[in-house]
Amino acid sequence: MQLSLTSDQEFFRDTTAKYLTEHAAPGELRRLRDEADGFDARYWRQGADLGWTSLLVAEEHGGGSISGDGLGDLALVADEFGRHAAPGPLVPTNVVAGALSDLGADRHAALLAGLLDGTSIASWAHLEPRPNDGLDDLSLEVRVDGTDLVLNGAKRPVESGGQASHLLVTGRTGTGCTQVLVPTGAEGVAVRPMHTVDLTRRFSEVTFEDVRVPAEATLGEVGGAAAQVERQFLQALVMANAETVGAMHFAFDMTLEWAFDRYSFGRPLASYQELKHRFADMKTWLEAGHAISDMAALAVSAGSSEASELASAAKAFLGQYGAELLQDCVQMHGGIGLTFEHDIHLYLRRVTLDRTLHGTPAQHRARIASIVSGEEDAA
Amino acid sequence: MSGHGTDPDDSTVEDGDAEDVSTFRARSRAWIREHLATAAAGASAGVLRNNSTDEEELAQVAHERALQRKLFDAGFAGICFPKAYGGQGLSPAHQQAFNEELTGHEFPVRLQAPSISPCAAVILDFGTEEQKLAHLPAILRGDELWMQFLSEPGGGSDVAGAQTSAVRDGDEWVLNGSKVWTTGAWWSDWGLCLARTNWDVPKHRGLSVFMLPIHQPGVDVHRIEMLNGTKEFCQEFMTDVRVPDSDRIGNVDEGWTVGIRWMFHERMLHNSPYVTIPAGDAHAGIGSSSVLRVARQGGRLDDPWVRDLVGEARMLHRATEALQERLTDGMRSGAMSDQSAAIGRLFSGVVSIRTNTIAFEIAGADAGAWTDDDGAIADCGSDFLMRQVSTIGGGTTEMARNVISERVLGMPRERTLDRDVPFRDVPRGGPS
Repeated sequence: MQLSLTSDQEFFRDTTAKYLTEHAAPGELRRLRDEADGFDARYWRQGADLGWTSLLVAEEHGGGSISGDGLGDLALVADEFGRHAAPGPLVPTNVVAGALSDLGADRHAALLAGLLDGTSIASWAHLEPRPNDGLDDLSLEVRVDGTDLVLNGAKRPVESGGQASHLLVTGRTGTGCTQVLVPTGAEGVAVRPMHTVDLTRRFSEVTFEDVRVPAEATLGEVGGAAAQVERQFLQALVMANAETVGAMHFAFDMTLEWAFDRYSFGRPLASYQELKHRFADMKTWLEAGHAISDMAALAVSAGSSEASELASAAKAFLGQYGAELLQDCVQMHGGIGLTFEHDIHLYLRRVTLDRTLHGTPAQHRARIASIVSGEEDAA
Repeated sequence: MSGHGTDPDDSTVEDGDAEDVSTFRARSRAWIREHLATAAAGASAGVLRNNSTDEEELAQVAHERALQRKLFDAGFAGICFPKAYGGQGLSPAHQQAFNEELTGHEFPVRLQAPSISPCAAVILDFGTEEQKLAHLPAILRGDELWMQFLSEPGGGSDVAGAQTSAVRDGDEWVLNGSKVWTTGAWWSDWGLCLARTNWDVPKHRGLSVFMLPIHQPGVDVHRIEMLNGTKEFCQEFMTDVRVPDSDRIGNVDEGWTVGIRWMFHERMLHNSPYVTIPAGDAHAGIGSSSVLRVARQGGRLDDPWVRDLVGEARMLHRATEALQERLTDGMRSGAMSDQSAAIGRLFSGVVSIRTNTIAFEIAGADAGAWTDDDGAIADCGSDFLMRQVSTIGGGTTEMARNVISERVLGMPRERTLDRDVPFRDVPRGGPS
């Protein structure tokens, strides 16, 4: 999280922090494990009132930012989501709300209004089944048939696919990229729940078999949506990265406190140099994580030419070092750290989940390599 | 201790009509393009390589002194130093703008660390008015090159355990002892020296700091040959070196107060707002761009495992840049303590050895045996042998971990056997 926030941002962040402390306490997260949706409708509506889903939406469409940088403000919310391992489809609803605001606010006014007030859920169906994952090549086909579009293919994991009324589906038309807004109730759409490492996030595998939608369902150009998809992808990375850093931050603080309180051989754990040095390493990863996450968020917001590389660098770094930090926090706790009763796993789950979504560290390292080797060729 | 804690921030912009950053940037850009030759980015990076003769090294030192003089004459030297001492009285943002415009151009790298920071920075923080006037303009003009007489052969990381002794004799002090790891002392002019002035008090309370010319009778400079053949590191033997009391920095026996600030400046390294260095070079070392060169030259850029390593190197490079920026902002605003500089030191050290290993890995057998035609690959083997210099030089990463855990996180201090004991009674190993 940025070191210096405006007082408006500070207030905004603090409001969400307090709300989550009250409504997303560890006991509540454990209870939600057995709930189908993973979050309560009322919780989400109140969160929407706090601004969780309006930051990527233009003012004229009912949204607005706190600081003028909506994505930066959203990163503050995501950071707090990480610090509380909070429930709710933060990334997918915001990506869809932002895309509707950019390209389809008039045609989809009702859905956008529902996303803004928290009464509707929509998700982004982007990632695809192995082995291609949908990061480089999309398999889902969007075919033009007269005035209709016909979708065939599969998407997974789709966050809150079982709770969403609509999916923003990213597919290919020929060699181009097309995005279509599809109601989950449309004929030919099958939503199958998946298992997940997180207690409160829910995922589905969604298949599309000759799903027919009218051309107005397109967001952007048929075959010409690549730039918009990249924009959404970078937004998702910024949110996922901020959430990871928030979870790292909380887990680190919690583990540091434990090291002071826990005694063995008549000394606090915090007095052992071997452990002190590991805390120093973790602190370094944490600060570097904050730094690269913030730098990438600013670059994405500003539309900088370095945005893609920085967002991938941040995702690769946080995926790798976030997971290492959390696992080392577990190690510092010993056996208790592996129990359901202890809270550390709530954060381990969130960081683990976020590492896997929107590209793994290895996939982002490959993206970085393509960017930097391409730059050299261009130079 | 006049001016202790002079931060570039509060020194900043001395008068209200100081040039704004964008005008300054434009003026800098124009001047740099007209007066400085272009150079490969990162060309000056702090990798110790044995690739020049003594004559070439001396010629380069002379060239860099001239470059520094050029900066000085044009009003671009010491951007964050007060005008009264030859600086420009501007802000870190001005220095940063200058550094950004400097990317891709030659610059006087050898005059930055340790001459300008930490040495000039320490003089600015603790020197008397006379001392500042005597040395700061001279350093900024390129007339005086400074070295840190800090580490000792018997000391390693235990800098406060200095055994170089300074004994008062009227208006003078007589210094005896040995200092080590001074880079380029053989072509430098002055040393900033930490010495023991009182053996009857605990170690931190009996130190004082002195300034002394390096090339004088009684100072014997010995060049140390490193495993890769470089001879840039030196060891000095001081025998009855007389230093006037007017060349003492800070109070007698309070040298550790100076030392703490001194090491802060050292840890800030190229991130210090006093230092002129092309943006992007500051954290270069064996940078991600040399990893890319090695991969391309080796024809391996299409191998997925090589691309993975190239991506990792670049990721680490970006994270280092971002971290240094965050730490600088945090320390400047007071959101973080000065001790947080150790976080940057640890991270950049660890990143540097990882990046070095990556280049070595990609080079394959050519790192073990190479020809003069192998370009960037030819350096990989020797660089790997010298890899740990990044986590040893400038304070080991183990010390940085102590600082982070104890001073930043507030964890209990290591138990030592030399606290609250007169220094002369502290157990010491044999001479090394």
